[in-house]
Amino acid sequence: MASFSTTATIIDSGPPDYGTRLRRARLGLLVALTPVLMLFVSFTSAYVVRQGLPTLDPRTATLVRDWIPVTLPKLLLINTGVLVLSSLFMELARRQVRGEAARESADSIPGVSLGGENKIPWLAMTLVLGVIFLFGQWMAWRQLAASGFYVATTPSSSFVYLLTGTHAVHLLGGVLALCSAGVASLLGLSLTRRSIVVDVTAWYWHFMAGLWVYILCLLEFAS
Amino acid sequence: MGLVLLVVIWLITFISTYFFVAKTWWLPVGASAAAAGIDQHFTTTFILMGIVFVAAQVALGYLVWSYRDRGTASKASYSHGNTTLEIVWTVLTTILFVGLNLTSSSIWASERFRAAASDSVQVEVTGMQFAWYFRYPGPDGKFGATNPELEDASAGGEAALGLDTKDPASKDDVVSGIMVVPVNREIEVILRAHDVIHSFFIPQMRFKQDAVPGLAIHMHFTPVQTGEYEILCAELCGLGHYKMHGIVRVVTPEEFDKWLAAREAEKQ
Amino acid sequence: MAGGTGGGETITMSTHESAVQAAHAHAGPQGFIRKWVFSLDHKVIGLQYYFLALVAVFVGMFLSLLMRIHLVWPTVALPLLGDIRPETYLTLVTMHGTIMVFFVLTTAPQGGFGNYFLPIQIGAPDMAFPVLNMLSFWTTFAGFIVMIAAFFVAGGAPLHGWTGYAPLSAVQSTGPGEGLGADLWIISIAIFCIGALMGALNFITTTLDMRAKGMTMMRMPLTVWAWFVTAILGLLAFGVLLSAGILLLMDRNLGTSFYVPLITVNGQLTGHKGGSPLLWQHLFWFFGHPEVYIAILPAMGLASQLLSVFSRKPIFGYKAMVYAILGIGFLGFMVWGHHMFMSGMSPYTAFAFSIMTMGIGVPSAIKTFNWLGTIWGGRIRFDSPMLFAIGFVSLFVSGGISGPFLAQPVLDIQLHDTYFVPGHFHLIMGVASIFGIFAATYYWFPKMFGRMMNESMARWHFWFSFIGTYAIFMPMHYLGMAGMPRRYSQMTEVAYLHNLIPLQKFITYAAFITIAGQLIFLVNLFWSMFKGKKAVDNPWEATTLEWTTATPPPHDNFGGHTPVVHNGPYEYGVPGAPRDYVMQSDPGIEPAH
Repeated sequence: MASFSTTATIIDSGPPDYGTRLRRARLGLLVALTPVLMLFVSFTSAYVVRQGLPTLDPRTATLVRDWIPVTLPKLLLINTGVLVLSSLFMELARRQVRGEAARESADSIPGVSLGGENKIPWLAMTLVLGVIFLFGQWMAWRQLAASGFYVATTPSSSFVYLLTGTHAVHLLGGVLALCSAGVASLLGLSLTRRSIVVDVTAWYWHFMAGLWVYILCLLEFAS
Repeated sequence: MGLVLLVVIWLITFISTYFFVAKTWWLPVGASAAAAGIDQHFTTTFILMGIVFVAAQVALGYLVWSYRDRGTASKASYSHGNTTLEIVWTVLTTILFVGLNLTSSSIWASERFRAAASDSVQVEVTGMQFAWYFRYPGPDGKFGATNPELEDASAGGEAALGLDTKDPASKDDVVSGIMVVPVNREIEVILRAHDVIHSFFIPQMRFKQDAVPGLAIHMHFTPVQTGEYEILCAELCGLGHYKMHGIVRVVTPEEFDKWLAAREAEKQ
Repeated sequence: MAGGTGGGETITMSTHESAVQAAHAHAGPQGFIRKWVFSLDHKVIGLQYYFLALVAVFVGMFLSLLMRIHLVWPTVALPLLGDIRPETYLTLVTMHGTIMVFFVLTTAPQGGFGNYFLPIQIGAPDMAFPVLNMLSFWTTFAGFIVMIAAFFVAGGAPLHGWTGYAPLSAVQSTGPGEGLGADLWIISIAIFCIGALMGALNFITTTLDMRAKGMTMMRMPLTVWAWFVTAILGLLAFGVLLSAGILLLMDRNLGTSFYVPLITVNGQLTGHKGGSPLLWQHLFWFFGHPEVYIAILPAMGLASQLLSVFSRKPIFGYKAMVYAILGIGFLGFMVWGHHMFMSGMSPYTAFAFSIMTMGIGVPSAIKTFNWLGTIWGGRIRFDSPMLFAIGFVSLFVSGGISGPFLAQPVLDIQLHDTYFVPGHFHLIMGVASIFGIFAATYYWFPKMFGRMMNESMARWHFWFSFIGTYAIFMPMHYLGMAGMPRRYSQMTEVAYLHNLIPLQKFITYAAFITIAGQLIFLVNLFWSMFKGKKAVDNPWEATTLEWTTATPPPHDNFGGHTPVVHNGPYEYGVPGAPRDYVMQSDPGIEPAH
């Protein structure tokens, strides 16, 4: 016969610790990247389908293909370099803040001093490169327009603007997140909170860099 | 309350089933070669799903009455399930559903996997907001070119299609506002649309296909019963969707030849 | 104070003591704005979503009433609105569908009840990201405002149906309402996508990372499984809808040709060429099919819950139910082409989609068998939540049976774009899901508001709704078989449709009566909030964690103490137990020797 008692065990819950919060934030980011990925998967499938799609010429009632590839401005390669470098700086910034957070709890123990903090402003440098990248994308758009390829000129040019534009919007989100982390640092706000923001933004940033390389390859090679 | 639920569920089930079985409102009589096979499969699906429908609803009604709380002290039967039962009904359901589908797929294949026969009667069907036009290729067997820039819907007929009269193949094309076809011949329909998606639906022929701008879709059907049948647009196409209908007249081969010859003569 | 979920003291208390300990209670925010407007509390946010859906459902019902009146009396002028022109009818159709699918069926079950009860049912103090949660509600709310705004701009709301097929939706000259109204429609949906994605993020992270000790995945209530899988579906599907909407906005406003081939509208070339109308359909339905499972899965989870609670019996086949939810979610992404059998898609592709579609019928059937198995051998209590759960099962069966007809392309030839289709989806998705919302309301009202709803009014509401919705939607199957096409604003132009007008009139009368019956619910809801009989903490004698909290739950749900879970969620009728139910947090049930 099953046995029962009449007591329950209840655990006192408090606010989650740093490790839990970091894990939760990273999980949240992983989940958040999924729809971003789906957005670009969807654009990719539209791109691939459109390239191969014949359409009816009403005059002859025959199917014709009308895909004209776009010559991408060389500037995009430079922008790629800028973004990849910014990803490196971002990673250094992430480790730097993480180190600061770890040191903060150690420094609070009397008589302990770890010293030797890295003073290079990696976060600020990432931010600068990010803004340079966005500006560079804008210049690339201007170059495309100057060579006659506007958003509606050909299906291929539509996709160039679409993919680069959507990527830029998402990167701008990352830039704003870095700004908020920078402001928080200047105001001396909670280091653990700033550390989590920088950590999550860093992974987001790396994803955006990888995504950009993918977009470039798609536009350049998938013809 | 259990009894009331049983009565209401059973009544709803039996009343609904009655109207299905009595065919009070039913598929229109089929008039194409494909209709017999399609209707046969419809009946098979209908009987099998009908049995499942009635059985499930009757069981639900019965169970909620039979296992109502009668106020005794005993508990409900403590069961977390039965794995064997799960496997059995999963397998049976899969066999039913997939089997039903595979049976229908041979009809689907015969209707859609093959192109029209080489001696079929060709009719190009064009949908536009909010009318259907029908074009016959004429004695040369070729459809002439159309040019969107030449379209003038208000002038009707050839102008509505934007027929390019400079193309020699256009000269003998016959454009009609009514679809006329001979009985017992395979009809190849080439579906086009000028503006938005329309859908060419002839209920008695068990025929439906979207007409998509940017595509020329080839389909076929074989009418087996003379008469006049309504064509309805079956894809939302704008404010006139409800009145975008046409007529298909199925006539004897002699009548068809006479009609077509008369229309072709007008083109000389 | 040391934090974390792994440390802390162990306190032994009596199971019958309330979980609220004033000394440890985490106080909520003060001030009206922070407490009720921009609240970070998932419970308040859940209520905000619920009341948004309540407004939306009455707007949606009103639109459908106007549709029904015009369809059978096309020449009658309505008070205030006057003559309803054909394009206005199509606007009603479009906005009815859009508002119902997005702002009711995707809002109340998930955003409403999911937000309120998912954290509590897994023993968490809140969602993982409360600020994001608050933003997700206000984003959804903004989407609703933009959608309603479409009615009031020049040209009015769009007429292209909730499915928005291109080129009808992609070119501004195809009809009235296809100008700014259509742009607002797309923007509203895009805003909704973002709100939904934010919500999905919270649900998934919370379920994976914030379950209380002992709450293993296989001890989660089926409501939680349903909300969790629904969120995953949303996560994967809404991004694709967003992408489709972006391309549509570009075609409409920037002159691109993603969806639009060379066409003329009213004899005028539009400047587009080379695009594919089918691309829109593929992208839309890749979202649209998972969307229907998003609409129904929470109700399925709740039905499982309620049938168990009110039969005083464990759910029959808990593991099979979990696999069925996962199977439906997974297969739901592989069947979208069954909306496109007649679209011009390759017939070989159609065949492949059709096999997958029949396949997805299997897990749904398994769930139905298990619901019946749960009732069998039970001791059924016919409280109002149970009435709606039983009604749900009946409606789900009816709606499900018409599925295999449509899933076979050769039969879909006849039935596609006829009334058979709205008959099918209203029963299985519309009404069944709404019954889930009603059941959830009657069930969780005592916990949310501390009072019981009036049982007598609830019964009237049930009978009006159950009989009424069958009277509305069952005849649509007959209409479809007889060849009545969808989205016809009147039946005057085609000869054989005249014979079907009497049946359509019957449906319209049934709609009047059924909608009137919903007023009983509205009165009951608001009256009971203030005057309902005071509720105890666990009025239904149910086992899941929300019934261990105070009523309504305190700001952090458990008053600073997280329960420890020892049992599964459906331990009813356990032999040898002192009562006929064992709470999830009660000490473990030892297996009988």
